[in-house]
Amino acid sequence: MCKHLHSVTLQEDKCRGCTDCIKRCPTEAIRVRNGKAKIINERCIDCGMCIKVCKNHAKKAVTDTLDSLSEYKYKVAMPAPTLYAQFKNILDVNVILTGLKKLGFDEIFEVARGAEIVTEASKKMIKNSSLKKPIISSVCPVIVRLIQIRFPELIDNILPIMSPMEVAARIVKTNLINKGFKKEDIGIFFISPCAAKATNAKNPIGFEKSFVDKVISIRDVYMKLIPIIKKIDKVQEIRQSTRKGIGWAMSGGEGEVLGIDNYIAVDGIENVNRILEQVENGKLEDVEFIEGLACDGGCLGGPLTVENSFVAKNHLKKVLNYSMNQAKNIEEENFNIEGNLTWNKEVMYKPVMTLDEDMEKAIKKMEELERIYEKLPHIDCGSCGTPNCRALAEDIVRNNANIEDCIFMLRQKVRKMAEDMVCLSQKLPPAIGREKM
Amino acid sequence: MKLNFEVDGDEFILAGEASSQVKKILKQLGVSSEIIRRIAIAMYEAEINMVIHANGGKIEVEITPKKVYIVLKDTGPGIPDIDLAMQEGYSTASEEVRELGFGAGMGLPNMKKYSDDLKITSEVGKGTTVEITVYI
Repeated sequence: MCKHLHSVTLQEDKCRGCTDCIKRCPTEAIRVRNGKAKIINERCIDCGMCIKVCKNHAKKAVTDTLDSLSEYKYKVAMPAPTLYAQFKNILDVNVILTGLKKLGFDEIFEVARGAEIVTEASKKMIKNSSLKKPIISSVCPVIVRLIQIRFPELIDNILPIMSPMEVAARIVKTNLINKGFKKEDIGIFFISPCAAKATNAKNPIGFEKSFVDKVISIRDVYMKLIPIIKKIDKVQEIRQSTRKGIGWAMSGGEGEVLGIDNYIAVDGIENVNRILEQVENGKLEDVEFIEGLACDGGCLGGPLTVENSFVAKNHLKKVLNYSMNQAKNIEEENFNIEGNLTWNKEVMYKPVMTLDEDMEKAIKKMEELERIYEKLPHIDCGSCGTPNCRALAEDIVRNNANIEDCIFMLRQKVRKMAEDMVCLSQKLPPAIGREKM
Repeated sequence: MKLNFEVDGDEFILAGEASSQVKKILKQLGVSSEIIRRIAIAMYEAEINMVIHANGGKIEVEITPKKVYIVLKDTGPGIPDIDLAMQEGYSTASEEVRELGFGAGMGLPNMKKYSDDLKITSEVGKGTTVEITVYI
């Protein structure tokens, strides 16, 4: 499998080469070159910030289409609870789930159910583990990838447990295989609020292979569901999830159900970054658990959603208050899950920010970087196609840019040349007309 | 290589920028995360102290493939009894500072704990110099 597989990509024809995305990327993974944004693959953590800020809609997440349903005989839809918050006039989750069935799915298994199972497993794991405090939630793949790149010393703080999506997929697939279905006939479709989860289905962290077969964006499903839902005559009783699991879509949802009072729920990647900095400085050792979600408001603010995250939050609360009583209790059921819920593959540090493998050379490059940075204007305008002056200095040291890429430096040089020209123009050789001194 | 920082004295909520910067540079140099953590904590504590007690000062950081050597110089009130100041829980920080979660009397003990070599020279009324060495 490709080492740096991503779902966030650029549609070149739409990109106008502005600097909106390069300045907001949390890992400085985008440059503008030849008038188009370029993503540096090994730095991208699939947060989707660039998708959200691009006014030309040039960034998109590559997800699977609904056409891929035809590839499987038995199709299972696994909606993320965020889907329930997208339909302003629908309070009954069963309406949405019935709609999914009418869309062509044979079975529905809610990721919120997966979240409920993960909740119970996490409780046990936290109780019995010797994990470093504060324990950091692994539910948002963007945060795990951010830690891999920028906070290597916090890798040991990550709760090494499979995501609700993965657990749900494992339950469904194992059950179906036990019932006699052929593995290749089963298609597990995750309906996703974000690009990062799509990446994780193809290139998981913490274990080898995901049980999710396809990932479809909430946006794509939404467009198809609207006309179908209007025509539903009989709503089926499909929902099994409770508010415990559905709440995971919101910031604080996981922390709350874990039964830990001493937790921090932080959302928005810039805020998470600041909190992780504090953990790194040893300032939050008294906190037990940190739930960090990359998107504003949690998964409700995902880049592949339809509704504004604040409106979605308001609506999800109404959904939660609407008949949530008939669901089964999670402890009463025996789930067949293939394998343990604990990660079995080590999460590695990705030193993509390192200037050179050889430290002596790295120090030389850093000295050069500091010298170049001193010369630059320090206004971080982004016209050079890098997010800030320091990043330009870094790119120059890495031989990926020139100092003349800075328009101020270029202007200075042009001006100097012009002055030299004027100077030279006044110096005529004696043979043409200048009097001999 | 050498890095120089001027630490502003009156904005201690912003304090820690120099150590944050050093941390970023060390990561780019490929220093191991455990070493970075130790340097970051020791330097952060020293930087905060400089802001709380001495109205800021100057920091010089020297990085070689073998060690990181940090000198923090201030012209603050000085430390009358360094041995006493080294004791866990001992603090002279003001109530206002403590309310903000600083000044718990763990600054110097933490610097000692996380550095390989810690040297403090101080003269009352003149200032304090803290030298932190961490071997890579």
